[in-house]
Amino acid sequence: MPDTIRPSRLASRRVRPRGLALAAAALALSACSGEQAVNAPASADAERVANLWTGFLAFSSFVFALVIGLVVAAMRTTYTEPARPLSVQRGWTLVLAGGVVLPLVAVVGLVGSGLWIGGVVARNEPPPDLTVEIAGKRWWWEVIYRGEDGAEIARTANEIVLPVGRAARVLLTSDNVIHSFWVPTLQGKTDMIPGRVNESRLTPRETGLYRGQCAEFCGVQHAYMAFVVEVIEAEAFDAWLADQGRARAIPDDPLLRRGLAVFLEADCGTCHAIRGTPADGGMGPDLTHLAARETLAAGTIPNTKGHLAGWIGDPQQVKPGVLMPATALRPDDQEALLAYLGSLE
Amino acid sequence: MEERREAPTRERRSEEHQEPLHPAIEDDAEETRRLTETWAAPTGFVGWFMPVNQRIIGRRFIVTAFVYFVLAGLLGIAMRLQLAAPENDLLAPEIYNQFFTVHGTAMMFLFAIPVLEGFALFVVPMMIGTRDMAFPRLNAFGYYVYLIGSGVFFLMLLVGMAPKAGWFNYVPLSGKLYEPGLGVDIWTTMITFIEVSALTAAVELIVTILKLRAPGMTLNRMPVFVWASLVMAFMIVFAMPAIIVASSLLILDRLVGTGFFVPEMGGDPLLWQHLFWFFGHPEVYIILVPALGMVSTIITTFCQRALFGYTAIVMSIVATGFVSFGLWVHHMFATGLPHLGMSFFMAASALIAIPNGIQVFCWIATMWGSRMRLATPMLYVLGFFWVFVMGGLTGVMVASIPFDLQVHDTYFLVAHFHYVLIGGSVMPVIGALYYWYPQMTGRMMSETAGKISFGLVFVGFNVTFFPMHQLGLEGMPRRVYTYLEETGWGELNLVATIGSVVLAAGFATTMVNALASLRWGETARRNPWGAETLEWATESPPPPYNQRHIPVVKSREPVWDWREEDERPVVVGLRSDRREVVVTSMLDAEPQAVQVLPGPTIWPFLSALAATVGFIGILFHPVFFVVSFFLAFFSFVGWFWPRRPWQED
Repeated sequence: MPDTIRPSRLASRRVRPRGLALAAAALALSACSGEQAVNAPASADAERVANLWTGFLAFSSFVFALVIGLVVAAMRTTYTEPARPLSVQRGWTLVLAGGVVLPLVAVVGLVGSGLWIGGVVARNEPPPDLTVEIAGKRWWWEVIYRGEDGAEIARTANEIVLPVGRAARVLLTSDNVIHSFWVPTLQGKTDMIPGRVNESRLTPRETGLYRGQCAEFCGVQHAYMAFVVEVIEAEAFDAWLADQGRARAIPDDPLLRRGLAVFLEADCGTCHAIRGTPADGGMGPDLTHLAARETLAAGTIPNTKGHLAGWIGDPQQVKPGVLMPATALRPDDQEALLAYLGSLE
Repeated sequence: MEERREAPTRERRSEEHQEPLHPAIEDDAEETRRLTETWAAPTGFVGWFMPVNQRIIGRRFIVTAFVYFVLAGLLGIAMRLQLAAPENDLLAPEIYNQFFTVHGTAMMFLFAIPVLEGFALFVVPMMIGTRDMAFPRLNAFGYYVYLIGSGVFFLMLLVGMAPKAGWFNYVPLSGKLYEPGLGVDIWTTMITFIEVSALTAAVELIVTILKLRAPGMTLNRMPVFVWASLVMAFMIVFAMPAIIVASSLLILDRLVGTGFFVPEMGGDPLLWQHLFWFFGHPEVYIILVPALGMVSTIITTFCQRALFGYTAIVMSIVATGFVSFGLWVHHMFATGLPHLGMSFFMAASALIAIPNGIQVFCWIATMWGSRMRLATPMLYVLGFFWVFVMGGLTGVMVASIPFDLQVHDTYFLVAHFHYVLIGGSVMPVIGALYYWYPQMTGRMMSETAGKISFGLVFVGFNVTFFPMHQLGLEGMPRRVYTYLEETGWGELNLVATIGSVVLAAGFATTMVNALASLRWGETARRNPWGAETLEWATESPPPPYNQRHIPVVKSREPVWDWREEDERPVVVGLRSDRREVVVTSMLDAEPQAVQVLPGPTIWPFLSALAATVGFIGILFHPVFFVVSFFLAFFSFVGWFWPRRPWQED
């Protein structure tokens, strides 16, 4: 397995989840949750569900304590005492109260809250002013920013940059197997199903990094199919998006030129695109702005020179089963390639 | 309002009085000998393939199912070891994916359904006071089909060709393009094959329960376990065709490229999910309902008191059966179906809490102040309350669409369904094993080992699965072979793995106990638990004909009646030189006729082999379908060959 120096930024945001105090009585649970936790919401949508969980937990704890308490109370009578059955009347009161009224209360509360939250989501407010199409691949995420007319503005992979406080419409597709798009801190999951376009929305209200992961089993590397949502200020976002749309010029620097040549000679361009160069493959992630990304291999390893070299040389070592072939390079070719890829800010 | 009934005190106080009264007629020793001969199962190697007696078939189902329980459990332990630490490389991803696919498939299709069918086949005919199932040979056929199908499926794992697309086999992942090996082909054909076995058992149970009950056992005197088995059987009949259709369409997509599930060819991957879950959700209740029947049975016996709210419990069971067919979409909340449509399924899913709540509170009312006897079966039932109620509560939570969208396909779900399936089904089944073991073997299982086993299972189970709720809320998805260290999931996963070892030790204690007690267990007295139902109204183990005389039933607790009234009414006049059973009317169990059942034969086994040739051969060449057709035809001719007339008169 790969050595494990990870982007420290990802682990930095640890929030104490709410609602845990109630569960602590049952079993001391681990006290912290990462940036992927359901109960560390960073959007109004996720917060409603986190609150729902708090309510569920309180009500369920009560029902559980009640039932177990009654079972224990039922067992009080010891073998030497005479049996003391409930009277028929009391028995039926118990059954009706516990078996009909209590579940009905739960059902009404649950269906009511479910319909209400569903209604809020369906109102779709504020209206999204940004469209991001995300395609599930094996085993990475293609991210395409689209303008109002549907035209492509920029294309990237495994990292979704969003402006804080604005709503983004997320179109979810797949041209292979079923994946499921899930950023727990921002929104519940929605499947990506071949032949369909599903829709979700992300409305982050705090800047920061949020991790997401594929939630539908999709084959060998389902486990390492993660991504990062980076939420930044709105102005910074506009600049970022404009930059991402920019194609590459053929570099002047001889080392970088050589790097591009190595890239093309090694057939990397068959699968990967670097806009502005002859590399226009569509199988793998678009690498036009590779160096601006936090991670490689769909959130698996940090985007450093060493990791990138290891990834190119032996991807199976990092992510067994990955579809990218290993590429053996002479040391000087490798150096040039890494320098070139490192320049793709 | 029903009258409360306690077991007759005499029976409870002095245990030597537990033997049911002998009816007031003289038994001719010669006739008893002839009866034994008529109902005896053949012996010897070839004889092993011939018996049709319901207890033998039922026992085989149970034993085989427990073998798969152990094997699939070992796969579970292997997965837990892999997940104990982040970025662990004990199991390669392909191997892990095979393991969880086989673990899920085996636990559902090879263990849970067959073990509950096995208990139903073993217990129900005795409980309703008859001597065999209505179609004994079909029964045997079902067992061989199950044995062969499950064996072939499991062997695929040993040769490294097991499917790895999950037990749910979602297309397109399970399509030929992404899963090119034989694994999924074997999965689809063998699952269909095993479902054939489930269907035969279901048809058997329905006819047996409705037509072969002892005279006087009207529908509203039927033991709750029999009701539960009846509901299970009907659910199988309606649910299994969906999975048979689904897997047939999948195998057609894979073998001949039909494209039912391929969007480019006008198919739809969601069609698979609808068909699969239309089966898959009732499946959960097929496993649960008979286990709830076991809980009712054990509570009645160990509290020595008639069940409180019999009618309410029976109606709850029936209601569960119906409602379970209206829930399947809650497995598909994330697929992007319209919200309004899904809301109906949200409401229906939550409503299932009512029939289950009624049962739980009826049991509490039964147990109230009852001087319960805390033997191992009852301990497992008490553990059931803890685990099943918690699983039920998280089950209600995930009925909520917004909440489900967050926890669906995470470890929260893994925790939830293990609470429901192990708590709601496996724990009652283990309790039932301790409870009915005397009728299977004539011996008692060790109580000490049983209590140790319960302690380990209860603690191990909760340590394993409770932390998974939190893991799911922290964002850990299901079906991942590993996870990065900075996710922070390592500690709770380690706790879960430690718990799983304890849990395995608990189950192992019971398995060893069951094997050791075969030889060293205390010899069982008649009716050792002082139960009220008819399966105990005979020796332990019962003679091949179950009961010397078919009893006549006057209440829901016939064995307690005999003790109270000092008499035991029976039916006389059945012949001892051929396999005769009494056929009664469906509602009131009025005697109607005598049916002659067929005896032991090897033809069901040969028919199962013939079917196997077709099911497996078709993966390799279509000609095997034709071969199998003719083989099956000949074996059916042998099977239905008329009996010689002088035995018919």
